Amino acid sequence: MKRKLENLWREIKRNRESYFLLLPYFLLFFTFVVIPVIVGAVLSFTNYNIIQMPRFIGWSNYKRLFLEDDVFLIALQNTFKFALITGPISYFACLFFAWLINELPPKIRSILTLLYYAPALSSAVFFIWTYIFSGDVYGLLNGFLMNLGIIKEPVYWLQDSRINLYVLMVIQLWMSLGTSFLAFIAGFQTIDKSLYEAGAVDGIRNRWQELWYITLPSMKPQLIFGAIMQVTASFAVADISAQLIGFPSPLYSAHTIVLHMWDYGSIRYEMGYASAIAVILFLITVSINQGVRKIIRPD
Amino acid sequence: MKRKINRSLWGNVIVIAVLTIVAIFMALPLVYSIMNAFKPLDELFLFPPRLFVRRPTLKNFTDLFYLMSTSFVPFSRYLFNSIFISFLSTLGHVMIASMAAYPLAKHKFPGSKFLFNLVVFSLMFSGYVTNIPRFIIMAKLRLLDTYFSLILPYIGATLGLFLMKQFMEQIPDSYIESARIDGANEFKIWWHVVMPNVKPAWLTLILFAFRDTWNDTYTPALYLHNEAMKPFSLALTYIQQGGFVRAGAAAAAAVLMMLPSLIIFILTQSNVVETMKSAGIKE
Repeated sequence: MKRKLENLWREIKRNRESYFLLLPYFLLFFTFVVIPVIVGAVLSFTNYNIIQMPRFIGWSNYKRLFLEDDVFLIALQNTFKFALITGPISYFACLFFAWLINELPPKIRSILTLLYYAPALSSAVFFIWTYIFSGDVYGLLNGFLMNLGIIKEPVYWLQDSRINLYVLMVIQLWMSLGTSFLAFIAGFQTIDKSLYEAGAVDGIRNRWQELWYITLPSMKPQLIFGAIMQVTASFAVADISAQLIGFPSPLYSAHTIVLHMWDYGSIRYEMGYASAIAVILFLITVSINQGVRKIIRPD
Repeated sequence: MKRKINRSLWGNVIVIAVLTIVAIFMALPLVYSIMNAFKPLDELFLFPPRLFVRRPTLKNFTDLFYLMSTSFVPFSRYLFNSIFISFLSTLGHVMIASMAAYPLAKHKFPGSKFLFNLVVFSLMFSGYVTNIPRFIIMAKLRLLDTYFSLILPYIGATLGLFLMKQFMEQIPDSYIESARIDGANEFKIWWHVVMPNVKPAWLTLILFAFRDTWNDTYTPALYLHNEAMKPFSLALTYIQQGGFVRAGAAAAAAVLMMLPSLIIFILTQSNVVETMKSAGIKE
């Protein structure tokens, strides 16, 4: 035991320059990522309003969330609905379009990459969708549909509580060809071309078989990375809802977990309760990510 | 090399049609807002609405400057804040994350695996999870309402470290060995040997760090209450909430908002794709 510790210490001393290089980054990483996760988990069992000391209250916050807080349950439901639809669609869209784009000549490929990636790149300007989905006759979509005679009255795309969550999904999908999309484009370029020739000899007949049996298995690391990016993003929806529909949304129709957390953390200063919401979001995304990772993982 | 399998003619037509339709869907809102930025007021409220501008004008941009110079905090201040915050965060992130990525990629030492796994793990939840406790930590460190409340967390962003470390793994060990034989210390090896060899990766980090800081509205709203420190991204949300009288100015502001990231991506695209080739998570 003692010998082991001595060895460890010697190793640490030998690598001290490495630790110096790590220090600035990990100081920030621990202060603003790791410690907040731990602090949040602890605070979720307390009642804390920033001014007074936190008071330990056991599982009360969690009980209140699931048993008394109807708005939280709406937020949970909306977030899941949103993530289960936009997550998979955006993931396969990233993959599918990267696959199609990959076969084009380089010039066209880079132009299309730019066009497809541009919305993800300029995420702060998603409010331009208000021009399109504006509920009056000046809205581009209403004007267009009324011109064609498909609708007679303007549709309140963003205010109508029956449809606004789905309108948000369209906007989210518009912004979702992001980092994973780039990773997939890169992934397709790394594949050894000779594999395709070998595949053709082995009886692979069409593009779909080529994709399924050769291409995808060779880019599993990218597929895992992309899945993590998309899952994390699809559960974190908040900004587009608050800015396009308003906060709170009519009948909480576009209320999400992150918005609920914002409500309690930044408006009501119920930090313990807000932390419990954060813990739930953490558990959901991490477990789904681990699950997806298991599914894609090479056997 | 000739591909063994080819699509049919119809297959090609369908693929091109799909790619074009999606390209229009992706580009339309951006094009529409660029068009709106140059439309005079009467064209902004035409019925039926028209996509293309007929009599382009710069009035919306001058309006934007005028509107914001009469507001409590001048427009130029928001712009300065954004540029200042994005510049320092991006520079700091690229330097400090690369510095940490080098030993993680190239050396084995106690804790190296654990620390990297921690970073990968943190990719699995969004930054929102840490916002509330982070707010408390900021308050305790007396960072609230300072530029550092934004800059320091941006510097510690995780995606950049992950990408940089993965990319650095391809540098041949022999480069590092020969520098070490010449008597260079680790810091010098990082700066003189490693960094010049990972140009695609640091260009990628610049793009992502800039995109995330420039577009962020959530954390500035959380950590900054002093109006004079707020970034342009937040000012944009105010203008946009100003309703139809400000529709032209809002479109002009949107154009100013999206241009820098787009320009950076146009300049760095091939390097970014090069970097993403090593972005996989291996198990």
